[in-house]
Amino acid sequence: MADRKRKAPTAPSTPAAVSAPQRIAVRKTYKLYVGGQFPRSESGRSYVVRAADGAPLANAVRSSRKDLRDAIRTARGAVPGWAGKTAMNRGQVLYRVAELMEGRRAQFIDEVAAAEGLSAAAAQAVVDRAIDRWVWYAGWADKISQVLGTVNPVGASYFNFTIPEATGVVGVVAPESSSLLGLVSRVAPAVVGGNAVVVLASESRPLPAVTLGEVLATSDVPGGVINILTGLRRELVPIMASHMDVNAIDTWGVPREMRTAVEEAAVENVKRVARPPRNVDERFDWLDDRRAQRPEWIAAFLEMKTVWHPIGV
Amino acid sequence: MSPKAPAGKSAGPRAIVASKRGRSPDVGRGTPSPSSWSLGDGQQIPWEYAPAPESREIVQLKSRYGLFIGGKEVAPRGGQWFTTVDPATEEPIAEIARATVKDVDQAVSVARKAFRRDWSTLPGSERAKYLFRIARILQERSREFAVLESLDGGKPIKESRDVDVPLAAAHFWYYAGWADKLEYAFPNLDPRPLGVAAQVIPWNFPLLMLAWKIAPALAAGNTVVLKPASSTPMSALFFADVCRQADLPSGVVNIITGPGEIGLALVKHPDVDKVAFTGSTMVGKEIGLAVAGTNKALTLELGGKAANIIFDDAPIDQAIEGVINGIYFNQGEVCCAGSRLFVQESIVGPFIERLKDRLSTLRVGDPLDKNTDVGAINNAAQLAKIEELVEAGIAEGAEMYQPACELPARGWFFRPTLFTHVAQSSRIAQEEIFGPVLSVLTFRTPAEAVEKANNTAYGLSAGVWTEKGSRILSMVSKLRAGVVWANTFNRFDPTSPFGGYKESGYGREGGLPGLLAYMEGGH
Repeated sequence: MADRKRKAPTAPSTPAAVSAPQRIAVRKTYKLYVGGQFPRSESGRSYVVRAADGAPLANAVRSSRKDLRDAIRTARGAVPGWAGKTAMNRGQVLYRVAELMEGRRAQFIDEVAAAEGLSAAAAQAVVDRAIDRWVWYAGWADKISQVLGTVNPVGASYFNFTIPEATGVVGVVAPESSSLLGLVSRVAPAVVGGNAVVVLASESRPLPAVTLGEVLATSDVPGGVINILTGLRRELVPIMASHMDVNAIDTWGVPREMRTAVEEAAVENVKRVARPPRNVDERFDWLDDRRAQRPEWIAAFLEMKTVWHPIGV
Repeated sequence: MSPKAPAGKSAGPRAIVASKRGRSPDVGRGTPSPSSWSLGDGQQIPWEYAPAPESREIVQLKSRYGLFIGGKEVAPRGGQWFTTVDPATEEPIAEIARATVKDVDQAVSVARKAFRRDWSTLPGSERAKYLFRIARILQERSREFAVLESLDGGKPIKESRDVDVPLAAAHFWYYAGWADKLEYAFPNLDPRPLGVAAQVIPWNFPLLMLAWKIAPALAAGNTVVLKPASSTPMSALFFADVCRQADLPSGVVNIITGPGEIGLALVKHPDVDKVAFTGSTMVGKEIGLAVAGTNKALTLELGGKAANIIFDDAPIDQAIEGVINGIYFNQGEVCCAGSRLFVQESIVGPFIERLKDRLSTLRVGDPLDKNTDVGAINNAAQLAKIEELVEAGIAEGAEMYQPACELPARGWFFRPTLFTHVAQSSRIAQEEIFGPVLSVLTFRTPAEAVEKANNTAYGLSAGVWTEKGSRILSMVSKLRAGVVWANTFNRFDPTSPFGGYKESGYGREGGLPGLLAYMEGGH
């Protein structure tokens, strides 16, 4: 992106342009990422995404309600396989996402810089942290149940233990301003515990999320475990909040004025709601590891299951 | 278990109930007399249980009970009172204050002051000692509370004496010890209380639910306003006296009584930081709507429709007892009751025969009789709901069985009931009945059992019976329920987290998660 901005105005005045015509860039169509594939919207709609400076960057898919419902069905289908993998395996799969992002680091830095209006150095810090965040959460896969789980000394002759389990399908409304790091910081804790997610990417800055989908497609994350949609929040969030086959919703990216309606809609099937703490707003510092990566965020999408068995002969 | 259930006013229901009971289609078909020994040669030696009534003398009742706000008993602002009745006799027990919205304001503001001034500044080690005191006093007054609980709620004295009261004391005991150890409970999470907790509890385990709510809230440093169900306010009001005896700082525990809308007013109060509710899924959703968008922390422990799954290699004697305890404990008025029995097809015939035999030995009657197994249904509205669902079961073609036990002439009673030939889609297999009604279904393979067991919007509890360890663990991991009892059922303990998946609610009570639900950042 930075290249394009720099070169575009200077190219026509370069004498070389006359003899050797400038190469026309091959632009990418930004699509959705659902079930391990890259569909367009069934609605055939798109919207223009602009850089932080207002310049048009690309057309993004404006997903329809049906696209969202399809993605939720796909995610539901992916839950048993993903939750059923061994914890260590899930950790390795998520670590692999970091490995592949590392290889496309430059591309992510360009896209984040363009989307968020950051300097190259600032964008680099954000992308590096997004990669590291996958590593941090990947490591939790085979530890979280040891931190949250308990053996309970009940007052009778029973063996009694409590273990965390995935809640199922999680709808993530990704943060609006932090297009990549914010999204990774909310998606990774949801998937590491065995949930499948449907993510609504930042509405105004959706492109890095789509590129993340391309990384996921070539990683070992099974298709359907992470599904990424782009589109308009006012169209999609109410559907996600009221959908009866979504077990939990992450509202960090829900615009303030929509929060009450979202929480009301979530009541219908007693959805778990992961909402940002009172003092968090759009200026939240996703680079602050102490605050922006927490085991409680994994726990928010887990169910505690308690098991009893008599002790006897 | 709607807290809105009417608490008194027994003008007509009894007559209607009696007539409905009279035309139960399958009463006592082929059951042996429960009170006889068989000699095996066809001879029966009849005998009777002698009455074994627990004395009521230990419970000193006043004629009226006000609200407990700021450490004092106060009259309701609206000057209105309602009557709580003994469900076994329909006789009034006492008059209870009907709180108004102004009383709710007063209670919350007193709780806020107590939080700021006293409770949140008190060292955890001192909070702990108050909770230990409460646990001790409950133990000391255990017989009084057991009798009171059976009197007001209709549950058999042996259950209130052996389960409700000891467990309630144990909850205070367990959480008392956490009060000064919070930083060890959650390393890396600065342990801070939320503030004022609004707690609304149901009528099926009035004192135990009070303990589940108040003990962890106080241990974490919160103050509380608790509303017991309108049909069972007595033990909460006696608990107020326990707080006084313990010299608990005034305003730390406040108890308001009244109908469901007062509970709703309480959870809607803007100065409440935490809402905890146990009750029906329907009311839980109302509370969810009331709390939506407010930043209040919320935990919900709602309804259930537990599957109790019997494999053909199960220890049958224990399984029969487990099934009976699973559904007839507390008249089946238990959110985690094993109301759907799944029996593997290869053993279904003999298993149901044995179940019917065992059913016929259950003694239904006076809750205060020490031999009673099944007491009174808590309130007339609940009895009507049970009867409606049972009739729906018959209308949908299920086959009903009830033992030939005699029911007392007065009071709200219902025979332990068992349905066979129940369809998955039947109302009695889908809806929470909250009564002594068991629906029997069958399965062939473990996969089918899992599929059917999980085929419900609820996910509170489940039971698995088999002698094969690997099968237990496999079933445990596939059942979508917050508590799984393997080769046992309906066990509870303060150290053991309890709560549901799906529409059975969220958050856990008991153990560490139960403490976390009352701390900042813990939800």
